Amino acid sequence: MKDNYDIVVVGAGPAGSTTARFAAATGASVVLLEKDRDVGVPVRCAEGVSEAGLTSVLDTIDERWIDNRVSDVMFHSPSGKIVELRFNQVGYILNRKLFDYDLAHMAIKAGAELYTKAYVYDLLRDDDRIVGIKFTHLGKKYKVKAKIVIGADGVESRVGRWAGIKTRTKMRDMETCAQYTACDVDLSSKHLHLYFSSRVAPEGYLWVFPKGEGRANVGLGISGEAAKKKSPFACLNEFMAERFPHASLLNCFAGGVPCDQTLATIVRDGLMLVGDAAHQVNPITGGGIAPALIAGKIAGQVAGQALNQGNVSAKAFQDYPRRWHKAEGRNHQIFYKLKNYIYKLTDEELDSIADAGLKVPKEKRSMITLFRAALIKKPSLILDAVKVFA
Amino acid sequence: MQQIFLEKIAYNRAVCDFCGACVAVCPHDSIELFEADLCITASCTLCKNCVYVCPVRALEIIDEG
Repeated sequence: MKDNYDIVVVGAGPAGSTTARFAAATGASVVLLEKDRDVGVPVRCAEGVSEAGLTSVLDTIDERWIDNRVSDVMFHSPSGKIVELRFNQVGYILNRKLFDYDLAHMAIKAGAELYTKAYVYDLLRDDDRIVGIKFTHLGKKYKVKAKIVIGADGVESRVGRWAGIKTRTKMRDMETCAQYTACDVDLSSKHLHLYFSSRVAPEGYLWVFPKGEGRANVGLGISGEAAKKKSPFACLNEFMAERFPHASLLNCFAGGVPCDQTLATIVRDGLMLVGDAAHQVNPITGGGIAPALIAGKIAGQVAGQALNQGNVSAKAFQDYPRRWHKAEGRNHQIFYKLKNYIYKLTDEELDSIADAGLKVPKEKRSMITLFRAALIKKPSLILDAVKVFA
Repeated sequence: MQQIFLEKIAYNRAVCDFCGACVAVCPHDSIELFEADLCITASCTLCKNCVYVCPVRALEIIDEG
C-alpha cells in the first residue's frame, strides 16, 4: 500500500465499491478500505432489488447474482386479508455475497486497490483540513494521505461525524431489523410477502422474500421507538412459530437501516458521504442497494472531475448532491412523508385499505390504488404518491 | 482508542451481532465497534438509545439508579 492516494474510500459495500470504481475510471488513484475480513460478509440485507435498480448503473446483470426472480407482491393486512399486486418490472432476490464481491472486483479492474481488515478509526488533519485517514490493519496503525475521503461506512456513519456532519439516526427513523434465511418453507417462488400490522411489526413491516429451492429471507424491521416495547427478534420469533413452525434456519442476522431523508450535508471540503452513511436509503422500503449504486456512480464521477480540476472543496463537489437529489433524493423526501403517515395507521385503517384494494380487480390494481385508500384522510399526500409511484 | 467500559451497561459479546445500529443512534459517538469488539467510552450519558435499538438486546443497563 502507498501512503498517498487521490481518494480513500472507507467501506467496501455497494456504495463504496461503486464510488471507487467510477472514481478510478477517471484516472484517480483510489484505495478502498474494508473493516471486515471479507467483502460482502456478513450479509445484512433482505436482498431484494428491482431490475431498474441494477440497470441504472450496471451494464449487465450477471446470472450468478440472482437467486430468484419475483413478479408479484402479496400485502397481508392485520386481520389476514391479502391484496395481490403485479410488479411493473422484474424483482430480483440477490445473492449479496457474490454481488458485493463482483462490485468490489469491478472497482479493482478499474484501478482501485482494496484492503480488508482495515479499520479506519479517525481522520487525518492538517490544521482543520481533512488530508486522509488513520487506520489499523493486522494490529498495526497506519496513516494514509488522500485528497478526498469518501465515507461509505454504512449505518454507523462515523467518518461523517468526525468531519462534523450530523449523521446520527433518530430513534424513530432507525429500523432495527432481524432476519432468518429459512429453508424447507412451502412458498411460491414468484411472490414476495409483506405484512403490515402493529402486532407483527410495529412501525415497520415484515417481509418474506423467496430465494428459490424452498428457501426464503424472512425478516422484519421496526422503529427504534417501537423497539422500546419489544425487540425485533421477539417479534420475528413469534411470526416464525405461527407461520413457519417447521422451518430450519440457515442463517440469522441483525441490523439497523436508516429510513430517513438524505442527510442535509453529504459533502465537505475534501470529503463525501455515500450510501447508508449519507442516509441514502429508500425510507419507505428500507431498500439501499439501488440508491447506493446510483449515489456511488455520481460521487465517483464528481470526485474524479474535481481532482482533474484541482479543486476538492465542498463547492467543487456540489454536482454530487445536486445530481443525487434529482435522481433519487427528492423522491426519498416524498417516501419519507408517506412512511411517517403509514406508520401512524391503526390496524383497523390498514384492514380498510386492504378492503379498498380488494375491490379493484387485480389487473387494474397498483400502488396508487392502495395509496389512494391509505391517504383518504390526507388527500394532499395523494399527489405526492402519484409523483413517486405513477 | 479509548476503552472504558461503563460499569452501568452490560455488554453481552456472545449475543452481539456487531451490526452497528447502536453506533448509529448514539448521540455522543460513545460506541466503538470493530469486528468482534465493542466498547463504550466515557462520553456515554446512559440515554439507552443503544439498549433499545439493539436487535438482539446485547446491551443492558445494570443500575437504573
